[in-house]
Amino acid sequence: MSRQYELVVDRIRCDGRGLCAELLPELIRLDDWGYPIISSGPIPDHLMPLAERAVEDCPVLALTLRRVEQGKRGGR
Amino acid sequence: MSTMRLLAGRTLSAGPEGFAEHAARLGPLPHAGRDLTEVVVRSGLTGRGGAGFAAGLKWRAAAARHAQALVVNGAEGEPHSKKDRLLMSTRPHLVLDGALLAARAVRVKEIVLYIGEHHTIARAAMEHALAERPGAERKHFRIAAAPARYVSGDSSAAVHLVTTGIALPTSAPAAPAMVQNVETLAHVALIARFGEDTGTVLVTMAGGVARPGVLEVETTATIADAIALAGGATEPPRAVLLGGYFGAWVEIGQAQGLTLDPVALRARGLSLGCGVVGVLPGSHCPVCETAGIMRYLAGESSAQCGPCFFGLRALAEASGRIANQGSNSEDLQRLQRWAAEVRGRGACKHPDGAVMFLQSALSTFGQEFASHQAHRARRTA
Repeated sequence: MSRQYELVVDRIRCDGRGLCAELLPELIRLDDWGYPIISSGPIPDHLMPLAERAVEDCPVLALTLRRVEQGKRGGR
Repeated sequence: MSTMRLLAGRTLSAGPEGFAEHAARLGPLPHAGRDLTEVVVRSGLTGRGGAGFAAGLKWRAAAARHAQALVVNGAEGEPHSKKDRLLMSTRPHLVLDGALLAARAVRVKEIVLYIGEHHTIARAAMEHALAERPGAERKHFRIAAAPARYVSGDSSAAVHLVTTGIALPTSAPAAPAMVQNVETLAHVALIARFGEDTGTVLVTMAGGVARPGVLEVETTATIADAIALAGGATEPPRAVLLGGYFGAWVEIGQAQGLTLDPVALRARGLSLGCGVVGVLPGSHCPVCETAGIMRYLAGESSAQCGPCFFGLRALAEASGRIANQGSNSEDLQRLQRWAAEVRGRGACKHPDGAVMFLQSALSTFGQEFASHQAHRARRTA
């Protein structure tokens, strides 16, 4: 099985620019104040390139990829 | 009172128990090392700061990741809680014993007494108690003042303060440290001596009771027992807020029979939290009471994370509109949606605690929230 990743937001760094939700609307939507709400669970393989792009392009470097540990699921 | 109580010994109004009296009553600090961890695991002791995590399991984990410091959490930022202060002010050596035992078991050299900056009596008692201890014990300790903010007691905030001087929650704690509440450690002092836990909890009775204050009760005692011990309710209660502002509202009919047992409460989806039992008198409006607490919790956000800062403020404003102007379906729907969205989206547990409190209010007082009308005269909350 291939490695699985999930998106994690550093909530203190994040200041709600909203770029991530534009790049990856499949997994990220914004709340009423412009802060990202990430779908929980591993990122589907076909969305990995977009997820990597979102991580790289976050202007405040608040978004990271984290390997999903065995038996653990769901990020925030 | 038997010896197997935290508050056994001299009457509480007589002030802090000195070292000689403490040692005469309970004997010297037991010789225990790493083996104490398994004794604590078997005792079933749970943390008394709020999260209720099993103490022995925390010790195992701390030893495994080579924790550098033990933070003795006496910040007690919960508005109605008084039990940690009472314990430090009256039985300081019990807390010091527990801290030394935990530090030896987990093998940390540095112990930080993290005490609320305004808890001057507690701090003075702890300082005096430290001065009475042998130098070989005293050298491990230092004292840090916890800023008087709700989030100061958050364990990541506590670690952040003692390692960097900043008492704000953080997403990346610097040095690994173990944080344990003062009451938890006082229990350890007795477990190390007697091999088992006291089977008691410290609770702070607040709100509509004749004698608000701290009680030490058996975990088999019910909330009705605790209300009776606090002199009885001042008027027939409507509900109980169990566990402080991060706790949950429980209808009085259901609450009365609940035992003050952290494990049993958890099994019912409730939590004893920091041990505050707030009694809501029947004449008080639960909607207005809830809105007031939400306003407080929103103001206590450390404003570092957007979902917490903006989300809690919006939730407090919507609750306030319902309280002040009467119920409306838009705000009710917003409360439900925002509460679900905010949860889990902060660096610390502040937003989670606040929305869980609000969700318990919406489910316990659903009728009142749906039909609330503005009160003609302003009530005192």
